[in-house]
Amino acid sequence: MTTSGATEPVIEFQAVRKEYPDGTVAVGSLDLEVRPHELLALVGPSGCGKSTTLRMVNRLIEPTSGRVLLTGEDVATADPVALRRRIGYVIQHVGLFPHRTVSQNVATVPQLLGWDRRRTRERVGELLELVGLEPSTYARRYPHELSGGERQRVGVARALATDPPVLLMDEPFGAVDPEGRRRLQTEFRRIQQDLGTAVMLVTHDIDEAVHLGDRVAVFSAGGVVEQLDAPVTLLSRPANETVAAFIGTGRAVRLLGLGRLRLEDLGPLGDGGPGTAPTRGSAQTDPAVAGSIELGATLDETLSALAAAGRDRVDVTRSGTLVGHVTAAGLLAALHRLSDGDLTVDTGR
Amino acid sequence: MTYLTLAFAWLNDPLNWSGPDGVVALTVEHLTMSLLAVLLAAAVALPIGIGLGHSGRAARVGTATLMTTNVSRALPTFALLTIFASTGIGFGDRPTVLAAAVFALPVVLATAYSGIRGVDVDVRDAARGMGMSGRRILVQVEVPLAGPMIAAGLRTAAVQVVATIPLAALVGGGGLGRIVVEGFGTQQYGQVIAGGALVAALCLVVEGVLAVGQRVLTPRAVRSLHAA
Ligand SMILES: Nc1ncnc2c1ncn2[C@@H]1O[C@H](COP(=O)(O)OP(=O)(O)OP(=O)(O)O)[C@@H](O)[C@H]1O
Ligand SMILES: [Mg+2]
Repeated sequence: MTTSGATEPVIEFQAVRKEYPDGTVAVGSLDLEVRPHELLALVGPSGCGKSTTLRMVNRLIEPTSGRVLLTGEDVATADPVALRRRIGYVIQHVGLFPHRTVSQNVATVPQLLGWDRRRTRERVGELLELVGLEPSTYARRYPHELSGGERQRVGVARALATDPPVLLMDEPFGAVDPEGRRRLQTEFRRIQQDLGTAVMLVTHDIDEAVHLGDRVAVFSAGGVVEQLDAPVTLLSRPANETVAAFIGTGRAVRLLGLGRLRLEDLGPLGDGGPGTAPTRGSAQTDPAVAGSIELGATLDETLSALAAAGRDRVDVTRSGTLVGHVTAAGLLAALHRLSDGDLTVDTGR
Repeated sequence: MTYLTLAFAWLNDPLNWSGPDGVVALTVEHLTMSLLAVLLAAAVALPIGIGLGHSGRAARVGTATLMTTNVSRALPTFALLTIFASTGIGFGDRPTVLAAAVFALPVVLATAYSGIRGVDVDVRDAARGMGMSGRRILVQVEVPLAGPMIAAGLRTAAVQVVATIPLAALVGGGGLGRIVVEGFGTQQYGQVIAGGALVAALCLVVEGVLAVGQRVLTPRAVRSLHAA
């Protein structure tokens, strides 16, 4: 009971089972933790029990057996309505109240908690700005006057209204085009890291899971955790055939999005190819033209720069100072560094 | 002279409009009875319909109730009236109001039920997930969103009732039906047609007034949903 608060999981599943009345075992026996401030992504094929798992945390679904703890407290002993007001919740189809304006939607939980008008209004303004919606433009709109992506932003703002320590998200970025989705994900990740909110996020998109998650749990049917690891580990060393098959053949490509360029991946300074200095000198002021990139860029940015450079190397800078160059071979080496050299394409054969 | 011109002649006679048995007095009586019948139907059907719609678990009960009320619609209102008259309820306005209320009940109940059921499951789920109590979900989410449908049900019921109330005259009650029944009794068929035309006109007026009233009373929020 008196374990140190710092390491105590925010959410803990202990041998949790959910069997629906019709006999479907959505979750067999689940043990899982969400640590403070982390984003845990649950990923898996349709029907494997991800939503069921998520919804047992805020008691929208009651487990058949086992316990779910929220910061050490068994949720079964809490009043469900009060419990839910302490947990942010974003659902797949957003579920904004169509008869309420954007600001009224965001103010839902503050109102339930009886905040005064002024505090609520200030908070709503803050949140809309946080999710990138200008309050003067959006506050008074109705949900049907928003694009899909804007609605999802409002959904996130609504869930964050009272700055809950825990956030549950069920496919929160589903209804947006791929490009908008990537932008939303990146913005959300920044917000989550700033606020330090612990998040349990459900998705069936492995790219979303590895892009957002501090750790990723790969589920298979019946709520079985096949692997629970950091994204890079998951991609480079899938625990078994099921995980490898779920990740698919794009592992190396996905790793490119996760790995970052380090000093050790670079070729030395002054080892410029033929004719570098004069021709590049003038272009140095414009990095896009010069094709130079910053140390710490992601490997896929590096690859894009290499492809665009039209030669076999790209200059690398650190805070504007040239520190070396990277070649295709260096990029491959970086990739191998990430995966300990093991990038055998596992096609299940 | 055709019956139609006779009807016009009857309607043009100011004597037929004034007095305790005049068109004006009968219309007021007609509307009062209609209002009572609709209120009665709403008082019974709205709580049941909304309640069944709200408690998702009662889906089967809800369907059963709808079936029963729909079947009861097949029972002719006139038969009901005769049954009421032959029991303790007696003759006149009271059994008519009751019978009209019974007649209006299924529409009100069905629209209230399906209006509430029709609220987007995701919206309901979000409301619950954010910590709204069941009662709050009902009052702040379900009823406002089902409002237009409930109102449409009440409007339909009101028009049906206005068209049904003339039966009262057959069991000694009041309302515009008196003109028709009296016309038959005295074989003044122009008067019969005039009475029928008055009832039809009243139905149209009631529908029109309620439609406008609904537009004015609907909050901008809900109205904008339908404009979308
Ligand atoms: N109320 C219910 N009654 C019976 N079975 C259910 C119920 N809800 C879900 N299930 C079943 O439980 C299993 C897990 O459902 P769940 O919604 O948790 O899946 P999921 O992983 O979220 O899938 P998706 O990615 O498609 O949303 C499925 O087989 C589903 O059919
Ligand atoms: Mg799901």
